[in-house]
Amino acid sequence: MDALMTWLEAQLADNSIFTLQTLGYYGEGLVTTVQLVVLSLIIGLVLAVPLAIGRGSTYRWVSLPIFLYCYVFRGTPLLVQLYLIYYGVVFVDGIQETWLWVILEKPFVPALIAFTLNTAAYTTEIFRGAIKSTDRGEIEAARAYGMSKGLMLRRIVLPSAFRRALPAYGNEVIFMLHASAIASVVTIMDLTGAARFVYARFYAPFDAFLFVAAIYLCLTFGILYLFRYLERRLLAHLKPASG
Amino acid sequence: MIDLHGYGPRLFEGAMITIQLGVLSLALAIVLGLVTASAKMSRSWVAHRIGTLYTTIIRGVPDLVLMMLLFFGGQIGINQITDALYNHFGIDIFINVNEFVAGVITIGLIFGAYMGETFRGAFMAVDSGQIEAGRAYGMNHWLVFRRIRFPQMMRHAIPGLSNNWMVLLKTTALVSVIGLSDMVRVAAEASKATREPFTFMIIVAAIYLLIASVSEWGFARLQKRYNAGYREAD
Amino acid sequence: MADTPIPLEVRNITKRFGDTEVLKGLSLKAHKGDVITLIGASGSGKSTFLRCMNLLEQPNEGDLIVHGEQIRFKETKHGREPADWKQVVDMRAKLSMVFQSFNLWAHMTLLENIIEAPVHVLGKSKQEAIAHARELLERVGLAERADYYPAQMSGGQQQRGAIARALAMDPEVMLFDEPTSALDPELVGDVLKVMRDLAKEGRTMIVVTHEMAFARDVSTQVIYLHQGQVEEAGPPDEVLGNPTSERLKQFLAPKH
Repeated sequence: MDALMTWLEAQLADNSIFTLQTLGYYGEGLVTTVQLVVLSLIIGLVLAVPLAIGRGSTYRWVSLPIFLYCYVFRGTPLLVQLYLIYYGVVFVDGIQETWLWVILEKPFVPALIAFTLNTAAYTTEIFRGAIKSTDRGEIEAARAYGMSKGLMLRRIVLPSAFRRALPAYGNEVIFMLHASAIASVVTIMDLTGAARFVYARFYAPFDAFLFVAAIYLCLTFGILYLFRYLERRLLAHLKPASG
Repeated sequence: MIDLHGYGPRLFEGAMITIQLGVLSLALAIVLGLVTASAKMSRSWVAHRIGTLYTTIIRGVPDLVLMMLLFFGGQIGINQITDALYNHFGIDIFINVNEFVAGVITIGLIFGAYMGETFRGAFMAVDSGQIEAGRAYGMNHWLVFRRIRFPQMMRHAIPGLSNNWMVLLKTTALVSVIGLSDMVRVAAEASKATREPFTFMIIVAAIYLLIASVSEWGFARLQKRYNAGYREAD
Repeated sequence: MADTPIPLEVRNITKRFGDTEVLKGLSLKAHKGDVITLIGASGSGKSTFLRCMNLLEQPNEGDLIVHGEQIRFKETKHGREPADWKQVVDMRAKLSMVFQSFNLWAHMTLLENIIEAPVHVLGKSKQEAIAHARELLERVGLAERADYYPAQMSGGQQQRGAIARALAMDPEVMLFDEPTSALDPELVGDVLKVMRDLAKEGRTMIVVTHEMAFARDVSTQVIYLHQGQVEEAGPPDEVLGNPTSERLKQFLAPKH
């Protein structure tokens, strides 16, 4: 490992910008980006399932709040949501005294909250659409066989809804990856934050931003291929039989 | 009443800037979108490749990164050009890249790619029989495009156009990061100064929702106009 | 030799789709007032042949002469193409086509459909075109539908409207591509009646159709195509009344 580092350092010695040190910044940034994106997606996904089901509820007091939540979080810019939560967390009177301040002190957590709420809203709409587009015939068959609503939901509707949502959710994942760059605005050292740091330090915008652009491009393609693979595996049952 | 601590007028100006930014970027995006769509549908292998490269890059890189690249990189790039002009020709000019212009160009470029996909799909959705009838009656290429292909394409394009606009509208918030005094920037400053983030951010959020609602109404009317003559189920 | 050029002549038209030769050297001469009917099974190439006449399909070989003017071609890497598209555009303005799926422009009213080409291609004034259009609408029995959109009319009405649109160009030759094949049976009669009237008037028409009664009553010449070749051609009494080819006999025999 040491030998590799020494070799790497020698390679980069001529380059004033791409030194081992700056590569370290990018590395840290990448880790932070991945953490932020993955965590917010997972939590958002978990939240979205009950929200999507509730969105279609016949009880107004359940469906209306969820509708309003989705409407607001999908209709306003993520940056505004981030500022709201980030500054709100800091300026709310008395919060700095509570136990919450321990986790809220660093910018990462407010950002995570904002991103999670945002992706949960979009994902809820995606699942809602997928649930709604369940084939009428499948539901009728479930009813005819005496399935309760809960059973039908769990065994028939949701599994096929998840698969139908795959293409749209893949887009959402990519969108979250790109949106995570906004975290750099509240001084989080993600990939974009690292690029801004390098730019400020060396006054080299092209080196800094083109480099992270390339990294984002690779990540995006990775996600794209992952979802294409998943679609092939899981949506194969919807294609007409070959042969 | 809500106390805006005197930030009211600046917020209003910021909102105007946001709207101007949005509209100009939309115009640029539509033009680029039409060009991209025709490039991707053309027989020329080169045009097709350039179009695909363009859309791939836009869809693979975050908007904020592109914006910074264009703004900061653009300033340095232009400086290099003006330096070269000075060194070789003695022309002494300094062009300052304006944040607003950088914002319009960036957002226009980004959404030009998405509009390209929208227009491409819309063009392909036009019934080929309609085009054939045009050609059969002696219309040349341009006439067919102007009188038949474009009007019928628009009908299919409007939903996509409307969706792209909604996303574009929210993207305009990013220009606050490169220093443009749009309403998000004003609200952020006000939040820090008055320590009342909720007041200002909620107002800004409400304004975005208002603009979105008005846009939705506008696009619905546009859709109705282009749907003249088609059955409802269409 | 006639002094006025004949409206339409094609010689040796050959058309290939990939490796398959769909049209094998077909020729046809349409004199003024001729009503030529092309019949044959699906896949015989009759529609393709018709569409070669106004170059909606590009023939790989062969000559096309409209009103005495020969269309010039050139070889490109995509195959043979017209050398001068302006010549093609002018040629098409002298021909009119009526399509199987009507192809009225969906975003325009019937009246707008009819005046569209005269105004934008022939350069007529709008008033002139509208006046002429209203006359034509009377003729085909659609005067009250002038401001209707195609989607608001039945198939038969749309096709009669399409015929009015074709007439508005005052064409040398009218091309009909299976004009009644997409219509419900009750509506076929109205369209055929309009076409019969046109034939009686002395219009030069080339019609691809399955309607044998129409072919027998109205045509001056019937051409039976099979797999891209002319199997039999001649006056309707001979071809339809007394066919010589076995295949044609089978084609004409009533299906049980």
